[in-house]
Amino acid sequence: MLTLWIILGIVILVALFAIAVYNRLIGLRNQVRDAWSGIDVQLKRRYNLIPNMVETVKGYAKQESSVLENVTKARNMAVAAKTPAEHGKAENMLTDTLKSLFAVAEAYPDLKSDQNFLDLQRELSMTEDKIQAARRFYNGTVRDYNTKLEVFPNNLLAGTFRFKKEEFFQIEGTEEEIKEQKAVPDVKF
Amino acid sequence: MRKTNHMATVYTHIRSNKFKSIVMVVLTMIFALGVGAIFAYAADYGPIAIVLAAVIGVPMTLTGYFAGDKIALAVNGAKQVQRETNRDLYNVVENIAITAGLPTPKIYIIPDEAPNAFATGRDPRRASIALTAGLLRSLDQQELEGVVAHELAHIGDYDTRYMTIVAVMTGLIVLMSEYFLRFSWITGGGRRRSSNDSGNAQGIIFLIGIAIAILAPIVATLTRLAISRRREALADAKGAEITRQPERLADALLKISRYDRPARFANAATSPLYFADVSKLKGSSFLSRILADHPPVEERVNNLYRMAGLKSPLES
Repeated sequence: MLTLWIILGIVILVALFAIAVYNRLIGLRNQVRDAWSGIDVQLKRRYNLIPNMVETVKGYAKQESSVLENVTKARNMAVAAKTPAEHGKAENMLTDTLKSLFAVAEAYPDLKSDQNFLDLQRELSMTEDKIQAARRFYNGTVRDYNTKLEVFPNNLLAGTFRFKKEEFFQIEGTEEEIKEQKAVPDVKF
Repeated sequence: MRKTNHMATVYTHIRSNKFKSIVMVVLTMIFALGVGAIFAYAADYGPIAIVLAAVIGVPMTLTGYFAGDKIALAVNGAKQVQRETNRDLYNVVENIAITAGLPTPKIYIIPDEAPNAFATGRDPRRASIALTAGLLRSLDQQELEGVVAHELAHIGDYDTRYMTIVAVMTGLIVLMSEYFLRFSWITGGGRRRSSNDSGNAQGIIFLIGIAIAILAPIVATLTRLAISRRREALADAKGAEITRQPERLADALLKISRYDRPARFANAATSPLYFADVSKLKGSSFLSRILADHPPVEERVNNLYRMAGLKSPLES
């Protein structure tokens, strides 16, 4: 009789633990999704600025059509990207094409002093800063979620309920930061 | 000793602070009602004392909770700024809010030359941060980012709510105790003295009541200060994790602590709100430590430099 109670007790404890872990994982995964939508807002902003930019440059430098086409192509690819990893790659390409666009713009003094162009350029760089900021928050939530997923015994449960690791969002010049996330400072009080 | 193993997102500490806020309110209410009850019993004052405790305590708590931020901003003369008129400042705050995963708070400027800053608001959606004009003038961009990140760490951790509640509750305890002591002089002398045992018991409880009324405000105040120091140290650490530049926050602290003219708005009453201690209690004697609402500047600077893996300019 006693053993039965003990077994029952253990079963209940395990079930309670499983429920707690499951709910925690759901909570963390929703945080990851929430954080991704934060990036998405900024990415969309960037995509919306680019056609205006292309039009403005076109007004002064029609002959640079190949550079302009590259920008448009890269933008369309970025819009079509689905996963964070795809987005990371597409954003890098877009950044590269924009760089060559700005390099080309250097040769057109009228363009460089166009107020519209300057405004768009500033808007773009502000949006890029915000993408970086949102990316850091997103990667923080991904790291928390993945860690929770991988530690024992959560990993057993995660497999059963098909929780999958989330992808980091990596864009240019971020490798250093990924390293940084591993070598974190100690905080003592 | 506490160790944080990873860059914390906003979600750490929040639950514990929300829980502690509730515990604080419950404990203080029990105390207030207890004082009322002792008063009622010992001084033959009847249940009116308990009613009195509720009449004072409940509105005070509600006002603190719902209007604490507006009061804090108003008494400091803070003026709200808009994105259009203060683009750069707005951008700095917005970027750090995004990094911390928080909504962008309302931004206020306090027309005060003494460099300082504070955050307020009962939750991140209704949060405000206030920066003095002197702060904006004296800090460079990265230092400003450090200070803003420190304030956003307070907001993200619900420190702003917790500390408002702690301040109101402490105030309530002080007030209740004062009432008790004051009335005990009046009623204590003139109350009916019965010669039986119940009179003796009444007297003892009355004495216990007086002892509690004297000690409780002291304990409550010291506790509030200890909580405040701890939250400040944590906000330094979390702010530094947001910007990843602990040493720049330390530099900002040093600049602020070297400003020696008196502040217009920051005073003993508003000091716990602020980023840097506004009182003139300097040094690290035991007394000045436990009576300060922030850890000593030297300690904060040294800790931040240690986080950055650099040598503090204050350590020889």
